Amino acid sequence: MITTSNLSKKYAGKQVLNIESLEIPKGQSFGLVGNNGAGKTTYFSLLLDLIQPTTGHIKSNDIQVNQSEDWKPFTSAFIDESFLIGYLTAEEYFYFIGELRGQNKADVDNLVSQFEDFFHGEILGQKKYLRDLSKGNQKKAGIVAALIGNPEVIVLDEPFANLDPTTQIRLKGIIKDLAEKQGVTVLISSHDLMHVTDVCERIVVLEKGEVVKDLKTSEATLKELEVHFSN
Amino acid sequence: MIKHFLSLEWKSFFRSASFGKSIGIKIFMGFLALYFMGMFLFVGFLMDKILKESYPDLDPLVAFSGLIFFWVLGDLVVRFFFQKLPVMSVKPLLTLPIKRKSIVNYVLGKSVFSFINFLPLFAVVPFSIKLIYFGGYDTSTVLVWLATIILLTLISNFLNFIIESLSAETELSFLPIIVLVGALYGLNHFGIINISGALSKGITAIYENPIYILIPILILIGLYVYNFKILKQKLFLDSGLKTKVKEVNASNLEWTKNFGDIAPFLKLDLKLIWRNKRTKSSVFMVLLGLLYGLFFYPQPTYQDMPWFFVFIGIFSTGIFLINFGQFIPAWDSGYYKLLMSQNIKYEQYLKSKFTLMAVSVAILFILGIPYVFFGWKILLAHFAAAIYNIGVNTHVILYGGSFNRKKIDLSQKAAFNYQGTGAVQWLIGIPLLLVPMGIFAIFYFLIGFELACLIIAILGVVGIVFHQKLMKTITAKYLESKYKMIDAFDQNN
Repeated sequence: MITTSNLSKKYAGKQVLNIESLEIPKGQSFGLVGNNGAGKTTYFSLLLDLIQPTTGHIKSNDIQVNQSEDWKPFTSAFIDESFLIGYLTAEEYFYFIGELRGQNKADVDNLVSQFEDFFHGEILGQKKYLRDLSKGNQKKAGIVAALIGNPEVIVLDEPFANLDPTTQIRLKGIIKDLAEKQGVTVLISSHDLMHVTDVCERIVVLEKGEVVKDLKTSEATLKELEVHFSN
Repeated sequence: MIKHFLSLEWKSFFRSASFGKSIGIKIFMGFLALYFMGMFLFVGFLMDKILKESYPDLDPLVAFSGLIFFWVLGDLVVRFFFQKLPVMSVKPLLTLPIKRKSIVNYVLGKSVFSFINFLPLFAVVPFSIKLIYFGGYDTSTVLVWLATIILLTLISNFLNFIIESLSAETELSFLPIIVLVGALYGLNHFGIINISGALSKGITAIYENPIYILIPILILIGLYVYNFKILKQKLFLDSGLKTKVKEVNASNLEWTKNFGDIAPFLKLDLKLIWRNKRTKSSVFMVLLGLLYGLFFYPQPTYQDMPWFFVFIGIFSTGIFLINFGQFIPAWDSGYYKLLMSQNIKYEQYLKSKFTLMAVSVAILFILGIPYVFFGWKILLAHFAAAIYNIGVNTHVILYGGSFNRKKIDLSQKAAFNYQGTGAVQWLIGIPLLLVPMGIFAIFYFLIGFELACLIIAILGVVGIVFHQKLMKTITAKYLESKYKMIDAFDQNN
């Protein structure tokens, strides 16, 4: 589904990402871990064509992302709060995204209603603009918006940060369900090793922009990661 | 402490993503400042002569003092629109060992050094020198008078910030200034209270008996303390720095469906305009623009200057276009990454902005039809100007937007930034206004009024005919600077 080849990104001569080859098959739940500055967000930004690669390219469904925009209809993402439109209410935001993705109001309502327990009654029908919601609630709205319109690829940067424990557990359920039952390719990054090992079938460790580990998740994975990061 | 603050500001200016643009604007503003300085110097040197001619039987100092009331009113209005309270991002400083007092004192103190406070000196100092050397006045008398004028300038300086803080809380942002200045002027004009006379007597009293200078000093101190109080209150996270949670006023704007594929963006833009203070004020600015012609048309002098009609026509039908358009796409800078990764076509996005601006021009033209009262030529000129606005200026401003690199933070207002509008905002209007006026003037003097109107209208029609092509070029330009814009809008200054 997503093929990365010879991808590198340099800022003022300093290499921040260098991935020779990385293949993510359809329907995989893929986790990216690494310390600050390891290149996780850079990789996601390249995948979404928000920055330009220095060399190489990423192909999503055989579409080179920095050449054509045809990957947009089947890709959605929530990277940070700058993906939210502060002066809309959560519902209006969902409808707006829905309209861009060719969904009518009923489709959106139908999808959003599945996440009522995830929202915990703090998002919908609040008569509040998104900018006035707390950081955690903003994140919930952003994540659910990324699920609108049956995307085949979903990119979530640090989805667990800022969320309360109950919501973290619910979110794990949602992500697992997407990959296992609906065949969606989910890419997430996280600093929380436990959550990633719980959710992802495959975990790639980035260090200074390079892939240093590529693991298929098993019982031993969490231990291995903990050992890796304690050195 | 001041050293630290200054170095912070220095860095934020030189390290910001819009640095290149800001420096260009600064240079331009420098020239503008030089121009005004020259004008004021000129007037200052000739002041005694001018006053002698207008009021032959009055002493020049008394005559000038009589006009000070109008000077102060004008000063207040100019300040309101052009002077900003110095902006500083204070949030990161709050938890550091810096006294709140020194932050506030710094901001207020810095405002004293605004150019607008020095400008009067260029007129008043030469006037004073001439009074001493040629007018036969006591040096001490003139110096006291000069000090009084400086105090009055500073009083307007701090009064302005109080007015701006009041207007930040009302929906109609320039209501307070209009009410205040209008009321003062009205009371004086209709002779209900003779403010100008009282002020003039007060000033005379001060230079005759310098002890009275304590009165303006006390007023100044009072205003400073009051400003200090309001600003200090704003320095808490839960008051000034936090935006108030407002009840949503939702409407579904179903009628936008008629606009087809640009409907989602149009809906978004309308909400953008209506739900953010900064954009809202540009809507109210429209009212001001619409009435702009009333300043000129009733005067017979302008009736004989038909080449000027087009200028007013472009301005009054294009005020929304200028105010809103110049910040495309920065209005959407807060969520630009979202738009860029969503399933949208750039062209639809831009077309929505175009439609909004074109419709505003049409509406403003229709609302301006009553100007026909001042002559059919005016209506004709406005009509040509409206077509020119739709066909040419909208495209120009959209194209210019692709060079926009400055983020607008709609959700969090920078503390102390009451208005978000300054002199810079008006600069962009100059090419949009002066170019058509220049073209018009040339053809008017060469051939005639009707033909000049026709040429302006034809230029507009050409723009409309080539709309699709122009939009393609503009879209390509936006696509080209996509990464740069994403990067710049990501930065916080």
